Amino acid sequence: MEAAVALPAWRTNLATIGALMARAKNELIRVPGAAIPGVLAPTIFFLGLNGVFGALTQLNGFSTGSYESFIVPVSMLQGAGFTGAAAGVNLARDIEQGWLDRLLVSPAPRWVLLAGTVLAASARSLIPATFVFAIALALGAGWPGLDGLLVTFVMVAAMAAVAACWGAFLALRFRSQSAAPLMQAGMMALILTTTAYAPLALLQGWLQDIARVNPVTDVVEAARQGFVGGVTWAATWPGLMALIGMLVLLGALALREMRRMGR
Amino acid sequence: MSALATNVRVVRALGMRSIRQTFRRPQLIAPIIVFPTLLLAIQTGGAGGAVELPGFPPVQSFLQFMLAGAMMQSLMLAGNSGGIALAVDIEMGFTDRLFSAPIPRFAIVLGRLAGTAALGLFSALWFLAIGLVFGAEIESGVPGALLAIVLVTAAAMAVGGIGAAIALRTGSASVVQGLFPLVLVVLFISSAFFPQELMIEPAKTIAEYNPLSFIAEGVREPMISGIDAADTLYAVLAILGIVVFGLVLSAFALRHRLRVG
Repeated sequence: MEAAVALPAWRTNLATIGALMARAKNELIRVPGAAIPGVLAPTIFFLGLNGVFGALTQLNGFSTGSYESFIVPVSMLQGAGFTGAAAGVNLARDIEQGWLDRLLVSPAPRWVLLAGTVLAASARSLIPATFVFAIALALGAGWPGLDGLLVTFVMVAAMAAVAACWGAFLALRFRSQSAAPLMQAGMMALILTTTAYAPLALLQGWLQDIARVNPVTDVVEAARQGFVGGVTWAATWPGLMALIGMLVLLGALALREMRRMGR
Repeated sequence: MSALATNVRVVRALGMRSIRQTFRRPQLIAPIIVFPTLLLAIQTGGAGGAVELPGFPPVQSFLQFMLAGAMMQSLMLAGNSGGIALAVDIEMGFTDRLFSAPIPRFAIVLGRLAGTAALGLFSALWFLAIGLVFGAEIESGVPGALLAIVLVTAAAMAVGGIGAAIALRTGSASVVQGLFPLVLVVLFISSAFFPQELMIEPAKTIAEYNPLSFIAEGVREPMISGIDAADTLYAVLAILGIVVFGLVLSAFALRHRLRVG
């Protein structure tokens, strides 16, 4: 009889991450209604903010006369925030229903279980981002160029991973879907206390101070650059560094909680 | 004990239950207080320069202008949360037990609405306190503040009637929860957050006829200038319109609920 050949660990881990991402994809296909709030919310915010605050571009200090162009990257990032937070809520549901316990007794390392959740959220965030982008283009937002679009989508996907780490950390800490408002409010605050509504110089004093130290400001500016001007490396790398920093920090926190589960 | 006194006791007990329920569940209180407060802070800080736009009404600060918007958002979400809680009661069979009790059916809905009104009152007080703490003045003083509180409380109850009707008709918490984005849409196409004259089309035209605009202006005027009889009257009429609409919907929905169980 031929002995079973053991796969290398990295291949098994990749297969597990793939399976967890496929599960998230199946959820999306089988319960399409579940994705609607994640798509609707940023779209409504985009349309609402544009209709309400569109006249702000008349103020001196705006680099564009189109508020659609100014606000669309923020709405795309908001969609990423909502999607990432939803991944946290789903994880909390899995904990409440005992599904995570079954995963924990499998030989898969804890970081692999977390990576599956985070990468699935990252991929899923491209749906609301694409939808909001299409609506914005239809309403007259400027074309950001292929490079600008690519940078924006990279920022969106990575921001969703950050939000998923935050959501997973809270889900694993509180082990209850009741923590959902904290997941959503945390991301909302992080994304909106930046130059989301207006350029830094036009923000009120206290918000200006927060926006200066909020790492997501660099992410917003990097995602926005193609919509309001040209793409430069100087405006891109701070956003990338901010995302890497947040991923390392929040990923470590989530992983620590994941390792504590069941112990 | 007279029938009226018994009914008042039932409404009070159910109202207190719905208030306790809201404060015990973070997912119910967050949309009513946390999100509107967060948005108030961010919009005030982010779009505060708007007061320099030509055509913006004279105000002491953008915060003073935005307080009414935050109250409107909070009361709308209080109505929605009340609907969700009622739908959860239906799903869990609690409402069936109330239907079989010797109490009038309207008291069940009224109890829920009393709770929603109390949350509206709480949100009005909360945002007035926030405004005062951060330096916003109420131009028409105590009478203006009282008027704003009364309008917000009544509007919360009116909007809660629509939430209750949808909960009774569908009996599904997820359906009522699904209305959350719709609440934001209706609010964005009103003058709750920005002067109607400065909004972008088509939101500008829709806002002109949106009943929420009349309520928002009725709440805002005492804060930024003074009590205006016409604005107050329009706000009261808008609230009454929503009350009648909610009552009719609730009556039909209650009949449907009693038929299907």
